[in-house]
Amino acid sequence: MTTVSTNDHSFYDKVLEATPRGERLKLCLQCGMCSGICPYGFAMDYPPRSLVAALRADDFAPVFESETIWLCVSCFACTSICPAQIPLTNGLLASLKTEMLIRRKVPAELQTALENTRRYGNTLGESPRKRAAWARDFTTPVPIMAQTKEPVDVLWFVGDYASYHPRVQPVSKAMAKIFQALGVRFGILGPEENSDGDVQCLAGERGLFEMLAQKNGKAFRKYQFKEIVTTDPHAYNVFKNEYPSAGFSFPVKHYTQFLAEHLEQLKPLLRHEQKYRVTYHDPCCIGRANNNNIYEEPRRVLKVIPGLEFIEMPHNRVNSICCGGGGGGNWLDGFAWERTHTRMSEWRVKEALDSGAQILAVCCPYETPRFEDALKSMGREKELVVKDIAELLADAIFG
Amino acid sequence: MDIAVLIKFVPDLVEELEIGASGAALDRTFLRLIPNEQDDHALEQALLLKERHGGTVTVLTLDTGDVDETLFTAVAKGADRVIKITGDFGEGINNHAAVTVLDTALKNISFDLILTGTQAVDDLDGSIGPLLAARLGLPYVGYVTGVTSADGKIVARKEYPGGLIAEMEVRLPAVLGIQAAEKPPRYVVTSLIMQAMKTAQIEETEAGAVEVRGAAGVARMSRPEATTHAELIEGDADQVADALVTLFKERGLLS
Repeated sequence: MTTVSTNDHSFYDKVLEATPRGERLKLCLQCGMCSGICPYGFAMDYPPRSLVAALRADDFAPVFESETIWLCVSCFACTSICPAQIPLTNGLLASLKTEMLIRRKVPAELQTALENTRRYGNTLGESPRKRAAWARDFTTPVPIMAQTKEPVDVLWFVGDYASYHPRVQPVSKAMAKIFQALGVRFGILGPEENSDGDVQCLAGERGLFEMLAQKNGKAFRKYQFKEIVTTDPHAYNVFKNEYPSAGFSFPVKHYTQFLAEHLEQLKPLLRHEQKYRVTYHDPCCIGRANNNNIYEEPRRVLKVIPGLEFIEMPHNRVNSICCGGGGGGNWLDGFAWERTHTRMSEWRVKEALDSGAQILAVCCPYETPRFEDALKSMGREKELVVKDIAELLADAIFG
Repeated sequence: MDIAVLIKFVPDLVEELEIGASGAALDRTFLRLIPNEQDDHALEQALLLKERHGGTVTVLTLDTGDVDETLFTAVAKGADRVIKITGDFGEGINNHAAVTVLDTALKNISFDLILTGTQAVDDLDGSIGPLLAARLGLPYVGYVTGVTSADGKIVARKEYPGGLIAEMEVRLPAVLGIQAAEKPPRYVVTSLIMQAMKTAQIEETEAGAVEVRGAAGVARMSRPEATTHAELIEGDADQVADALVTLFKERGLLS
């Protein structure tokens, strides 16, 4: 096989240094599957295949002049389909984003999210002291670890959007009620929790990721728990696959996995029929990202809801269409629109509308607002309801 | 061109502000301080000038607490020297007093130009730029959104209300109040800030005696108080006109 030689060896070295199995870049066949499956590949000056080609042709300097790498939303479609199993999304593409950040070629919206994270520990620029404010008006309090100081079974990592976003806070409340209904001994970190670091890491801000991993990792170490359960697929992905490299390894589950394990306890609680046709969107970060492959658990949970009719969309599981929010994409909607005049979240809700579903079920905190916004921008918000699985379960438990 | 940039720390409005026991100042117990946004633009403008014309950028700030990260960030962005002026600023310091401290610190620095933000959210007794320029006997231009330099002079682009722009030639040395830099403040990756924390040196200088003269005192601080609310006059044009005429008569504006 040819060796990679490049006039920018330092960049190639950086890719290798930052990426386990980075040397697999040498195995690229230039088959083009990656560029073909990339949802925004059509608008990129250098889709993944061309990036590898430029690296091998000793001609990578022009790549730094193009900003279209910021169209990458870290959906892992290229990485997942690559027959040579080259780490693209969290390897070459993330390293290129790092280089672009160092060269200060970063769209303003994303810059703000990164600066907010550095200052406040969350992408939204909200007060860190108010991180658990959503849980304040509960009759049965949501335990905060620093206050209760008691061992728990489940340390629930809530996440940025679920803590602060007005559309996602009700999802967190629904989840708290489900934990309470199941009698789970759980706790949250509250103000000690910081952004999980997944989107910052995949957006190339490795130093910021390290900082966040240190803060969260040290907070985890302070408390006794059996496992981390998170409502955020990004947190799941980064805790499982990136935190170990920062020195923190903890057992972690996505909440749909946790609930799938507790189906027998859950079933008798589901007393209110939900007579809806429901389809489900697979989030990239618990699906094809790093072969996390959590596909069946969310479906198993949905299917036990009485009265619910489950419909599959054509793009499901490993072929799911990304909502466009990963790897910093959540703060690059304007940038992407300028270059593509399309929204990935619209592609997804169109398919959900065509499926005949009344409800699009999701389980990632970016997706409720993203898909609702997509429906509104299409003028079709009355035709489809977007709900988190936790909200659907809470409806079935409490009516 | 050697440029001094003054960065002031102001209360972060992301947190709730509380009034302290004295009733005339903010409660500083949980106050989060952040660099004044326009001062960040002043730093960016200084770095842009350095990139175009060479020279140095020196950043000065009063040590009102937690200023180190901002200074290391300035180094990571391209500042040459960062200076922390230490003193007893625990309960905050007004701008008249801050200017006397800055005057002393600036005596040991060579500069052609001083850049700072045009204003800050906690400017209760005038803004830093003109106060300092008056004390140093230097020209001052505020509301500046761009600077060009040639032949030992600079031209400052000054914004006026109503969309007017003036280009003002200013002799050096001078003080400029920056409204916005020519480009948004740059991003610097966290790893470079961490590197600056390991390698760069923050210089410290003592403030000495703080002279407070000429500043207006704060008698009482209160939250904005809602008094009356707007009243919407509804109806067709004639009804609205009648209601307005009645209203004006009631208030003595029409006889």
